[in-house]
Amino acid sequence: MRGARPALSRWARVLPLQWLLALRFLREGRVQSSLVLAGVTAGVAVTVFLTQLIAQLQNTIVERVMGSQAHVVMAPLQEQLLRLTPADAVDAVAAQLQPRLQRQRAVDQWERMADLAAATPGVLAVSPVASGPALATRGAAFSSVTLLGVRPQDYRRVVRMDAYMTAGRFEMAGQQALIGRELADDLGLQMGDKLRVSTGVRSEVLTVAGLFDTGSREINRRRVFISLRLAQTLLDLPGSVSVIDLSVADLFGADAVADRLRAQTGLRVDSWMQTNAGLLNALSNQTISNNLIRGFVVAIVALGISSVLVVSVVQKQREIGILRAMGASRRDIMGVFLLQGALMGLLGSGLGAGLAYGLLVLFSHIFKSPDGSAMYRAELDLALVLAASVLACAIGLLSAFMPARRAARMDPVLAIRA
Amino acid sequence: MSLEPGPVLELCDIRKSYDVGTAVEHEVLHGINLSLGPAQFVALQGPSGSGKSTLLNIIGLLESATAGRMSLAGHDTGALSDAQLTELRGAAIGFVFQFHHLLPAFTALENVLMPLMIAHGSVQPADEALARDLLASVGLSQALAKRPGELSGGMQQRVALARALARRPRLILADEPTGNLDRLSADEVFALLRRFNREHGSACLIVTHDASLASRCDRRIELVDGRLLAPPALAQA
Repeated sequence: MRGARPALSRWARVLPLQWLLALRFLREGRVQSSLVLAGVTAGVAVTVFLTQLIAQLQNTIVERVMGSQAHVVMAPLQEQLLRLTPADAVDAVAAQLQPRLQRQRAVDQWERMADLAAATPGVLAVSPVASGPALATRGAAFSSVTLLGVRPQDYRRVVRMDAYMTAGRFEMAGQQALIGRELADDLGLQMGDKLRVSTGVRSEVLTVAGLFDTGSREINRRRVFISLRLAQTLLDLPGSVSVIDLSVADLFGADAVADRLRAQTGLRVDSWMQTNAGLLNALSNQTISNNLIRGFVVAIVALGISSVLVVSVVQKQREIGILRAMGASRRDIMGVFLLQGALMGLLGSGLGAGLAYGLLVLFSHIFKSPDGSAMYRAELDLALVLAASVLACAIGLLSAFMPARRAARMDPVLAIRA
Repeated sequence: MSLEPGPVLELCDIRKSYDVGTAVEHEVLHGINLSLGPAQFVALQGPSGSGKSTLLNIIGLLESATAGRMSLAGHDTGALSDAQLTELRGAAIGFVFQFHHLLPAFTALENVLMPLMIAHGSVQPADEALARDLLASVGLSQALAKRPGELSGGMQQRVALARALARRPRLILADEPTGNLDRLSADEVFALLRRFNREHGSACLIVTHDASLASRCDRRIELVDGRLLAPPALAQA
């Protein structure tokens, strides 16, 4: 049973007048207030939930794509033939220019280049790689592969190969090779089995010392990891490497790192953003769509708050007139309605953040990856929640401004007669 | 804002016109002269449309006069800004309307406290004690926690009366305060107004159509077609 109403409420004893009036007006029009609150809550929830969801989705996509490749790759420039005369010359010497065959080339002074890359701000790890095409055979079965000669201690800092190993460890010495699951299936190989690898230069029998699964069948089928020294021998790159792989701290700052290194070294330096332009474009479009949705939600919420407060001002005009007659200033009256907008924004953002978290928890239970792990994590970025709350309060204040000004300018005589 | 001793109200040749959309403005008050001293209890009478409410609004600083000079509690109102007029209105005038105009979301005690909260920004312990005393003096100490909707018409008007007195105003403006009440309640409210006038020394200008109530005032003045019928000397109540 509810206790008797006090003559002077607890809030009335502690709150400044404007706060008290704002809260009482909101409570008095509780149906309208509830509707606006529901609108703000839904708006904040949609904004926070969508932003969080899309951020997680984009991170997952980028992680999956980038999990098996370097963020930045430094390689020698491709060889090109130059025309003897300019292309627009009237009397051309050669009518047709045959593209030159690209031979396996080494990075000139690779150790100096690797040191330079390692000292570049934003670069996390550097791994020299001697790579090239080869043919893997076992009995009558064969498959074209890419040999990657690496130093495991360096390469695992660029690509998290340890996480992909299904058998053995990401270590190789002598004639040992690490192969993917698909290649093992194609050639019928198991741990400890032998396979022959032939490049155009040499041929060698290797022992399977480990199996990996990167999640990409193509990579599993093509890549064969061997020691850097063995690759240099097989690919005829004595003491040299063909590329230098890098990982960077800021994934989306890879372009800037690549630009800087390209300018410093004169090498061909490609970032993942250049080699995966399609993916980047898709992510960018997704972000634009999200921003558009958020923009529309914000506009709808603002209109909702404003329209309800306009109605509230009309409904409360007699009270406004009486308050003005009792000595309340225009500023006092304006403050009451601005506070109502800000309070609805604040309360709505709190409830909205809670709802967004609930939806994320729900999604994390419903949507699972093929391996059974949750596709989405029930995590809220506090900075995002704070930003959404500040935005909601600002929208509440801005939306309330017009109705508040109208209330403040109201003629007390007309208001009392209303 | 300090309230100066001396006459509570002085009106000198107050005129009020309204723009009615034609070239000629419609004048509703034609040179009103009136002076009210402390603790005077004056009835303002006149037929509907004679300008009583307009005059009361001008005296209550809710409307401005088109011409003339007005002094309230020693302040020349024509020289004050909008904010200063608002402050003076809150400090010097208590309003009692025909309809109680209490705030429906607040209790009787909170309604009486409202002018004090406006003045001080929040509830002060001394203000609460004063508001309780005022409600007790109008016989409503048992109804402090009631909202206006839970009170009878007479009780509502008594709360409004207590509210009007909360800041110890120099002048009470009562616009048909008993017009919406039965005879018994009307007599009660009028008696309370009279009592407060005597106890607190607030001047009171009461608009009423009730001749018997008007006859119990110190003085009667009549407004007809925007002019005070009694000559200024007689209107000095």
